[in-house]
Amino acid sequence: MSGPSDTHDHGHHHDHHHDHDHMHPYDPDHHHPHREDQDDTMTYYKVMESAVRELLIEKGLITPEQVHRQIEHMDSRTPANGARIVARAWVDPDFKKRLIETPKEAIAEIGHDIGPMHLIVLENTPEVHNVVVCTLCSCYPRWILGLPPDWYKSRAYRSRVVREPRTVLREFGTEIADNREVLVHDSTADMRYFVLPMRPEGTEGMSEEDLAAMVGRDAMIGVVEAGAGGTGQLAAE
Amino acid sequence: MARYSVGDKVRVRAVFPPTPPTHVRTPHYIRGCVGTIERICGEFGNPEELAFGRRYGPRSTLYRVRFRQVDVWPDYDGPAADHVEIEIYEFWLEPVEGENAA
Repeated sequence: MSGPSDTHDHGHHHDHHHDHDHMHPYDPDHHHPHREDQDDTMTYYKVMESAVRELLIEKGLITPEQVHRQIEHMDSRTPANGARIVARAWVDPDFKKRLIETPKEAIAEIGHDIGPMHLIVLENTPEVHNVVVCTLCSCYPRWILGLPPDWYKSRAYRSRVVREPRTVLREFGTEIADNREVLVHDSTADMRYFVLPMRPEGTEGMSEEDLAAMVGRDAMIGVVEAGAGGTGQLAAE
Repeated sequence: MARYSVGDKVRVRAVFPPTPPTHVRTPHYIRGCVGTIERICGEFGNPEELAFGRRYGPRSTLYRVRFRQVDVWPDYDGPAADHVEIEIYEFWLEPVEGENAA
């Protein structure tokens, strides 16, 4: 039962994806990450997943219904959860303070359980712009943002944003002034990161709900500012 | 007990065990670099053991270490105030002589 990748990445609790073999790196010339259909290909990891799942079911350790429910639960987590957290922090300074000091408890106040995740909230300020990457794989705060975008897992983003963050941010349409620090967070181990973007100017008096609509996934990863790319799309798409 | 305190200068060990068969969560690019302890994250299982299903070994203190980008990349194309912060387990860190009070 040995395979070429048996020792890679298994047996620990990081929430990785094992799709390294069919990733398409983000191509700055085309701004269009994509992956081909995999419907007809049983890759090594697909075979392994089926085998392990069927064994667990056969042994009575889990049921197919539990597998299905868990997948539905994973799919129910979306960046809208994160946007609500950001909007609340913008309108309620006390909440923002609690969010930064004790994120798990603060997020529970608005009805989200972040589970076992150890979260660090990174506040953007006029002095500092934060951006998150996992250079080793694809660690991501799935409990509040759902699944990471494909480009976040690409080798191009992972290797370049830590090496030339300002250039990569520019490709997302984000220009950071030279007198503002760019702070890259490499999510290499047990912590997960969530960027609290700055509230856009001219939004005084807006409702919490309308503010949340301005916060896209990419602003909470830190590749754009809130209000820009609020739909969670790459700038050039 | 954490060996280092916030503000201590540390160097990431510049060793390169073969990967695989080891599972290492200290990126290559940061090995050998000198940074400052930004915060202590707590005690966590050692991923280099967990990766092989060995769940009951000693835990390690995990730190976040802050590095100047210009120290990490000699040709860094950006302001000297830019930084990168990375989680690193204690056994990957060594003290920088003469810099730490302890």
